[in-house]
Amino acid sequence: MSISANDIAYIANLARLQLSEAEQQEAADNFKNILALIDQMQSADTDQLEPLSHAIETSQPLREDLVTELNQRDELQKIAPKCEQGLYLVPKVIE
Amino acid sequence: MFRLGIAEISRALAAGEFSSEELTTAYLARIKEKDKDFNAYITLCEEQALSQAKAADSKRAKGEADLLTGVPLAHKDIFCTKGIKTSCGSRMLDNFIAPYDATVVDKFNQAGIVMLGKTNMDEFAMGSSNETSYYGAVHNPWNKELVPGGSSGGSAAAVAAHLCPAATATDTGGSIRQPAAFCGLTGLKPTYGRVSRWGMIAFASSLDQAGTLTRSAEDAALMLNVMAGHDPLDSTSINIATEDYTADLNKPLKGLKIGIPVQHFAEGLNADVEQNIRNALAEFEKLGATLKEVSLPNSHQSVSAYYVIAPAEASANLSRYDGVRYGYRCDDPQDLEDLYKRSRSEGFGTEVKRRIMVGTYALSAGYYDAYYIKAQKIRRLIKNDFDKAFTEVDVIMGPTSPHTAFKIGSQTNDPVTMYLEDIYTIAVNLAGLPGISIPAGLVNQLPVGLQVIGKNFSESQLLNIAHQFQQVTDWHTQTPEV
Repeated sequence: MSISANDIAYIANLARLQLSEAEQQEAADNFKNILALIDQMQSADTDQLEPLSHAIETSQPLREDLVTELNQRDELQKIAPKCEQGLYLVPKVIE
Repeated sequence: MFRLGIAEISRALAAGEFSSEELTTAYLARIKEKDKDFNAYITLCEEQALSQAKAADSKRAKGEADLLTGVPLAHKDIFCTKGIKTSCGSRMLDNFIAPYDATVVDKFNQAGIVMLGKTNMDEFAMGSSNETSYYGAVHNPWNKELVPGGSSGGSAAAVAAHLCPAATATDTGGSIRQPAAFCGLTGLKPTYGRVSRWGMIAFASSLDQAGTLTRSAEDAALMLNVMAGHDPLDSTSINIATEDYTADLNKPLKGLKIGIPVQHFAEGLNADVEQNIRNALAEFEKLGATLKEVSLPNSHQSVSAYYVIAPAEASANLSRYDGVRYGYRCDDPQDLEDLYKRSRSEGFGTEVKRRIMVGTYALSAGYYDAYYIKAQKIRRLIKNDFDKAFTEVDVIMGPTSPHTAFKIGSQTNDPVTMYLEDIYTIAVNLAGLPGISIPAGLVNQLPVGLQVIGKNFSESQLLNIAHQFQQVTDWHTQTPEV
């Protein structure tokens, strides 16, 4: 299974990554080898099997619906790249 | 004094042979002198370490010292340490000062350790050689031209070069066990869920597990006693009682049934490494264990399944790095999309971007069933193989790595060659089982690691097995002249 530089551009966009044309071509070449590796899975007979998403099969533990978190907004925003009045700033989204 | 392990340091401090301040000062000086050769540390916590050491000595003077009070330790730079840079080996977090302590860090602080610093690692724990770090490659203390293994290469090199007596580390596909093998150390990955992942920067959430890199099994047991336990802050941490992991260290191994998986002794295994492993297995027979051949028939699928599951989980976990709330932000973003794309593309290295894309692809519409679901089904096959083998034997043993440490820069052409480094270790993470790598020989003066895999929550047994081996062999005491 091969993958083109265009496919790479599509995947990169989904992942919000930006690759130069040279990087896209290199990624396409590397992908070919990685896909060959993961395509080996197709030879396994897995018809009757349930997928295993988690090694230890338990369910999500629940807790009481009580407030346990402290408001640490100021502390946590000390390391924000850009914020004002408790809000994180990003380039304008809405015209 | 910097050649001592944790247990020895604990006894020496209790006996008043030296103070924690003296020991810490000695380590800090040694790191400043020697680490330029290895690049094992990203951040040295000089002030904090000395202040913790003094506090430890005061506590001891008042008769209030515990077992690990004043013992120096290093943390892999994947654990959040409050007020201290936590980079995960990445430009993306180069400016990140963690606002809280990981549970593992907090537990060690409560135990009274002295944190020497944060160790180097493959970026976001993705790698098997510690060559993908934003802070440069780590060099193996046994031979500086060689890799220490990865992703916990910094922790491994620091312990091997006596730049700390022990270190924390993490293992998602072999990232503790393989560097332990390459650096002649004891590397323990506990059962998934045994140690809390709160504050441990996530790579692949169903596979990641914190563990230890030490000079001995006894030291690993002392560390696990601090680290293990249920944490309500980590809903994947298991609510099963912990034990004293040192209690069974001296149990005799008579009657132990050891499984030797046929698939781990096949093509690709270096002949000298194999000979060392077989010699080690013979030692276990002398200790009263019996060897039995077992089969893990789906072994060959483990790397394929892992390189779908781990990147898929990573693509989700790393989507939080967007230049908005913390971490790297590109200059002058033109719009929101530019902010995301350039922050991420400039902040992440090549291997990280590659794995994010593989994961995104495997989860995308049209490929989800063929790749992600298929991989999860293979994961069940692999777990079933282990379950079946464990009805016949108590533990499984084999080589940790197909060969000894390789040259820095020699495997960067094809990512798949690097992925195959973890061929014996990966299945253990997929199945969630505990595994330990212990030094079992030398080939051309380079360490060889023996991997021991146990049933869920059998850490006491693994440590017992390792400790008994370390009573009758001295591979774990071999150390490079540094």
